[in-house]
Amino acid sequence: MPVCCGRRWRMHEAPRLLPVRTDPPVVRGILIGAAWGIVALFLVAPLLVVFTEALREGWQRYFAAIREPEALQALRLTLLITGVVVPLNAAFGLAAAWAIGRFQFRGKGLVTALIDLPFTVSPVIGGIVFVLLFGRAGWFGPWLQEHGIRILFAPPGMILATAFVTFPFVVRELIPLLEAQGREEEEAAVVLGASGWQVFRRVTLPAIRWGLLYGLVMCTARAMGEFGAVSVVSGHIRGQTNTLTLYVELLYNSYRTAPAFAVASLLTLLSLLTLVGTHVLEIRGLRRFEP
Amino acid sequence: MSREVIGMEIEVRHVMKRFGSFTALQDVSLRIPSGALVALLGPSGSGKTTLLRIIAGLEVPDAGQVLFDGEDVTGRHPRDRRVGFVFQHYALFRHMTVFENIAFGLRVRPRSLRPSEAEIRRRVEELLHLVRLEGLADRYPHELSGGQRQRVALARALAVEPRVLLLDEPFASLDAQVRMELRRWLRRLHDRIGLTSVFVTHDQEEALELADRVAIFHGGRIEQVGTPEEVYEHPATPFVCGFLGQVNLFHGRVRGGRVRIGTAEVDAPAPTPSDGARVVAYARPHEIDVTLEGGDGTHLAGLVRRVLPLGPLVRLEVDRLDGGEPVAVELGRDAYETLDVREGGRVFLRLRRLRIFADDRKGLDNSAAVL
Repeated sequence: MPVCCGRRWRMHEAPRLLPVRTDPPVVRGILIGAAWGIVALFLVAPLLVVFTEALREGWQRYFAAIREPEALQALRLTLLITGVVVPLNAAFGLAAAWAIGRFQFRGKGLVTALIDLPFTVSPVIGGIVFVLLFGRAGWFGPWLQEHGIRILFAPPGMILATAFVTFPFVVRELIPLLEAQGREEEEAAVVLGASGWQVFRRVTLPAIRWGLLYGLVMCTARAMGEFGAVSVVSGHIRGQTNTLTLYVELLYNSYRTAPAFAVASLLTLLSLLTLVGTHVLEIRGLRRFEP
Repeated sequence: MSREVIGMEIEVRHVMKRFGSFTALQDVSLRIPSGALVALLGPSGSGKTTLLRIIAGLEVPDAGQVLFDGEDVTGRHPRDRRVGFVFQHYALFRHMTVFENIAFGLRVRPRSLRPSEAEIRRRVEELLHLVRLEGLADRYPHELSGGQRQRVALARALAVEPRVLLLDEPFASLDAQVRMELRRWLRRLHDRIGLTSVFVTHDQEEALELADRVAIFHGGRIEQVGTPEEVYEHPATPFVCGFLGQVNLFHGRVRGGRVRIGTAEVDAPAPTPSDGARVVAYARPHEIDVTLEGGDGTHLAGLVRRVLPLGPLVRLEVDRLDGGEPVAVELGRDAYETLDVREGGRVFLRLRRLRIFADDRKGLDNSAAVL
């Protein structure tokens, strides 16, 4: 229950007031029960399954599975892709949201609609697009081959595909915030003598920081968990272009269930870490900045 | 601080500004003397805010110049103009305390020009005292009332020791009581610190009460510039006349140096228009006398439709018997009681004072309105 309504009713207070202010206890009970039920069934249960399955054959097998060279390579690649994609999307997202939220220009509606494209098309199609662009028979294929640049079936292609799929997260969060903030505060800062960077750093950024953080978290989680697009452009070269998700699939398809879940638990842990990290930042930030 | 700073003289020369197909300003010139408090008055869309933003450098004019103390600053970035700007909705930094808001202009200075932390603290406290907000330094903008936010915005603008203070509709978002108080306070503050100040308003009462000079905007031009007394008593155009307070409008024709309006003939004020000219004449409600007897050809006959007591004044709405537009008249309460008139009663109106303009006139070409 939100804090504002958290006041307990004492016995002698008029119960007639209660129905006006809150729903009947039965309704509340059902709704709260349903919320917990859904969380338990669809979120907690799968988590439990992942960890129990991963540990089914004992701790030793668990650690052996995640210490295999292929597993470590997949972890490194996943972290590399995420490490490149998230800053990239932060920069692009800020720039795009800034342009859309602050300026009027021809075709603004179209650009705004196109930003959602990665969400609306299937990631597999996103992957195929890159194959068509950079593949041997693709538009840039021959030129790339001449110059010996490898994009497809190599980390660059996987980074591009992941960046494509996760692009909307940051932009989508920031556009409404920037539009709501308006220009006046920035103009005030400029008239007071602030430079462009100072305006951004001291006025714009603080107003959008929670949205930015949230967008980045979603982007990180999705970048680590991306499967479809990456699967298409990776080429599944064992020990080279497998990310954690691809490696989990590989193990699972070869009936190595326990190692598959062990690696899956690793991925899950990364996601949980991201969430917890955000939460800590948020709490600390709230304490420091908000009244 | 600001007290020792002597305000700049501002001059605007032949400024034009268009937004797409909309002409916000066409050929506006204005000189604002050092230390003056000037109102830019006009209806919305008349270009007054655009001019204010051009003076601040927040908009770039399509043509024309802005000069501070004779120096052309048209191309100068707003951050280098040393102007204080108070936005209509204050634009306080919502994630900063009152203290940090006011200190902002000092903190963003280059390191070599930045005052020490102690100096910043001293100045902010001085400004908080000036705007009477001591004790609120640690509040956030959303915890303040409208009038308090307004004063924080003012303190923040003054912190950088501006040479010009620009205020965009400074009282528009306040309720009536606070507005009156703040208006008087701002006037006293201006007199104390002597900064050249320009404020935009659409409220004629505010402009007339507060400003030394008023520039009246209409359709992207300045119609008239003058002291409140000048523009009120001697409006240069029908628009100015109609915009500054309520007026009655009469259509008439000039004959032999007199103006004929309906059944009445009135002496035409100088300069007398030529014979046979069609004119519009304006009289304010308090410039009309009411009598119960008349008919010597200098009065308009009418029936009192409504009597509205408005505090010390009483307003009569009179329907003209000759079919012209209804006339509003204001009398002192004493005069009203002596007169003893009721709703439905017959009265005669004498137009004591008229302002006359040719009927086809569309406003003056004011390419060089100079204070």
